[in-house]
Amino acid sequence: MISEWIVSAFLLFGGLFIFIGSLGLIKLPDFYMRLHGPTKATTLGMASILIAAMVFFANSEHGLSVKEILITVFLLITAPISGYMLIKSALHHKLNATEETKGLDKIEKD
Amino acid sequence: MRLQGQFKWLPTPIFSLFLFVVWLLLNNSASIGHILLGTILALSIPLITFSFRDRQPTIIKPSLALKQLFIVLYDIVVANIEVALLILGANKKLRPAFIKVPIDLTHDLPITILASCVSLTPGTVSADVYPIKENLLEGEQIGQRYLLIHVLDLDDEEALITLIKQRYEMPLKEIFQC
Repeated sequence: MISEWIVSAFLLFGGLFIFIGSLGLIKLPDFYMRLHGPTKATTLGMASILIAAMVFFANSEHGLSVKEILITVFLLITAPISGYMLIKSALHHKLNATEETKGLDKIEKD
Repeated sequence: MRLQGQFKWLPTPIFSLFLFVVWLLLNNSASIGHILLGTILALSIPLITFSFRDRQPTIIKPSLALKQLFIVLYDIVVANIEVALLILGANKKLRPAFIKVPIDLTHDLPITILASCVSLTPGTVSADVYPIKENLLEGEQIGQRYLLIHVLDLDDEEALITLIKQRYEMPLKEIFQC
């Protein structure tokens, strides 16, 4: 019974963060700012959903499953790398940042 | 800084440990057979692939690395909540900026780890490492390196640079001793 509560809490928490991360994709004004949602909020959201899965399977007849830890680790390693690739190609294509962005002169030509 | 492992038969200790743990996790068991097979794989794969890989600095202070891992994990949770609040707030209040952080690390692996830590933590995404190697003239020495970072909501540039240097770069320098 208590485990159901824990699973639900983690699922809600994770879903909320993934939702906020995706909301950032629509709401924020330029590409560079939009990248912040998927690289951060979504990572934590996925981690809590995977923890929920782990608790759920530990209490079912399948027994404890630890593959979720592995998925979390790989997500944590790959999320910044894909973010880096995206922002680097954005810089290469000279996508416009919003006018309020400070320090645009610090970008070097590549 | 050390580019090679302490023992010839174990060129990359952390990589071996990682392979062993991943093998047990993938099989979801800790039976003697899997432990034995995992050990054999963890010892033989690095020996075979060692000559293909670029030499990277090895971790010299594992205890500090473990401590730093927990610090970064804690920071990820805090940073996520901060970014979530920023996204929910008004767009006009955000002060996006690009900043350049001077870094003292010299090798690819520590720089990659630093850039990843910066991407996962406080409202920042690392964008590039300057100077770009392809732009350098032949034989030109790489001088001071910079990390270009995009910040979602910049309050105090100096404070953020000091934070990144002290909280993430200093431990990395000590872990790899470079």
